Amino acid sequence: MSEFALTVRHELVGLGGIVERNIYLTKRYLLWDVAFLVWTIANTLTIVFIARGVGLSAAAQNSLETKLLVGGVIWAFLGIIFEIVTETVAWERWEGTIEYTFMAPVSRPVHLIGMGVYAVIYGLLRAGILFVAVVAFIGIHLPQADYGAALALLAIASVSFIGIGMMCAVLPLISPEKGTQLGFIAQGLMLVVSGVYYPVSVLPHWMQWIATISPATYALRGDRASVLHGAGIAWADVWPLLVIGAAAIPLGLVIFRLGERYAKKHGKLKRSG
Amino acid sequence: MSTLATPISPHRCVPAETPAVEVRELRKDFVRRDRKAGLFARKRWPALEDVTFTMARGECVAILGQNGSGKSTLVRLLSTLLINDGGEARIFGHDAFHETRAIRRLVNRVSVEASFFKKMSAAENLSYAARFYGMTPRQTRDLIPEILARVGFPPDRRNEAMEHLSRGMQQKVALARALLTSPVLLLLDEPTTGLDPRSKLEVQEFIKEVRRLHDATILLCTHDMNEAEALADRIGILDRGRLLFLEPVEDVKRRFGVDTLEEAFFAATGRSFEEEHEDDEQREVFG
Repeated sequence: MSEFALTVRHELVGLGGIVERNIYLTKRYLLWDVAFLVWTIANTLTIVFIARGVGLSAAAQNSLETKLLVGGVIWAFLGIIFEIVTETVAWERWEGTIEYTFMAPVSRPVHLIGMGVYAVIYGLLRAGILFVAVVAFIGIHLPQADYGAALALLAIASVSFIGIGMMCAVLPLISPEKGTQLGFIAQGLMLVVSGVYYPVSVLPHWMQWIATISPATYALRGDRASVLHGAGIAWADVWPLLVIGAAAIPLGLVIFRLGERYAKKHGKLKRSG
Repeated sequence: MSTLATPISPHRCVPAETPAVEVRELRKDFVRRDRKAGLFARKRWPALEDVTFTMARGECVAILGQNGSGKSTLVRLLSTLLINDGGEARIFGHDAFHETRAIRRLVNRVSVEASFFKKMSAAENLSYAARFYGMTPRQTRDLIPEILARVGFPPDRRNEAMEHLSRGMQQKVALARALLTSPVLLLLDEPTTGLDPRSKLEVQEFIKEVRRLHDATILLCTHDMNEAEALADRIGILDRGRLLFLEPVEDVKRRFGVDTLEEAFFAATGRSFEEEHEDDEQREVFG
């Protein structure tokens, strides 16, 4: 086997190790995850029930319920990807393993992408349960839904979210005390501007501009069209996601690399805050 | 032992005469708040000052020092977790600050904190660590139980969460983790601190065995003088970031005309080993 092939094999085994570790952790913290999922289901139900209180016709109510449900589910999916990737450093610091992981012979891009791969698997499973639970509870009719197109668009949007998560993952590295909280601010900003529960058009003009660079905007728009009208995958939603993803991953890696260098220079790559 | 992980040989690409570790005028400073000088004042504290030494392949060197002397900073610099502020360090000819990928394949570390995912079991933690070194599940299926048995870890506790294990037991798993990855340079940062006498002895015996059977080069940083004397070929004293000397224990005693390392420390620094200054903690990585 050539040196290059050996390196690729080594990195892929390392990537598998990150996914494997996170599966172990999920297994061990299963009750926490179940509790969090129940909370998310309750929260999404609360939002979807808003459609019943507005006093619309049956068809309009079904449409609004679906829009809110898609918003809740997509945000639960993208939010979990963002959280898991962003907390790459925070988890290690909390467990006290940060020094071992950062001195291990696996490249940082593979480490971060491994976190992203696990986040997508976990997020999809969770979003699927959430969607089925809420639909079963409320009884929404989705005769035209194109689930294949909706899933494909989600997969494309995941890449951008992994990239943005990488950019935020650097925050706990630079600021052990406040970094994680700054990541929540970034996530909250995306929640506001991306039209999760309302059309982007209702936002102030300057917020609409920010919405154009949020991948969640296109994922939500495309998935709503697929689930409500069976619209399939629209190029108008795909190309912005591809562009944002193509920029976000390399930018995320560069930012993380700079942050790691800063942390090593200033002795911040350590167990405790 | 024959079926344990095969050490990664640095000999394929590095000439035999290249030392295991070469450190020249290595320097590391940390910037800390200086409350005495004002609310926003900051002061640069030297954690290591112009440290120079070499280690031959297969050698065991002990660095003795008080808290804040720079031991952990030295270990972190050699394990690519810190970037230097001056000087250089080479491990089997590789620059420790620019060829980090090559270094990480050769080095492993056991520190005072066992550092594991607390909810995961010993087997799961080792399995995770092994993947980073390119070892597949098929390779580790038999190897992990074998290594755990080698360090005297009870087989029936292999799948128990780490948080339920004693400190001594956790430290054994940490040694198993280091052995699993077959490092040619093992950095031991106070590996027996806080252990009960029996666990301490077991860990020390295991370190001797690793060296004998795996031909590993070992850098042991400790403040336990008896441990240093029992395990190391040469002993150095690191005092407030400066390496005062590094030589065989008998030479140290002869140099100062003393019978013990405690006396040698006092002769070299003018302080007893237990006596620490309030500034010393500022030099630490955790300061």
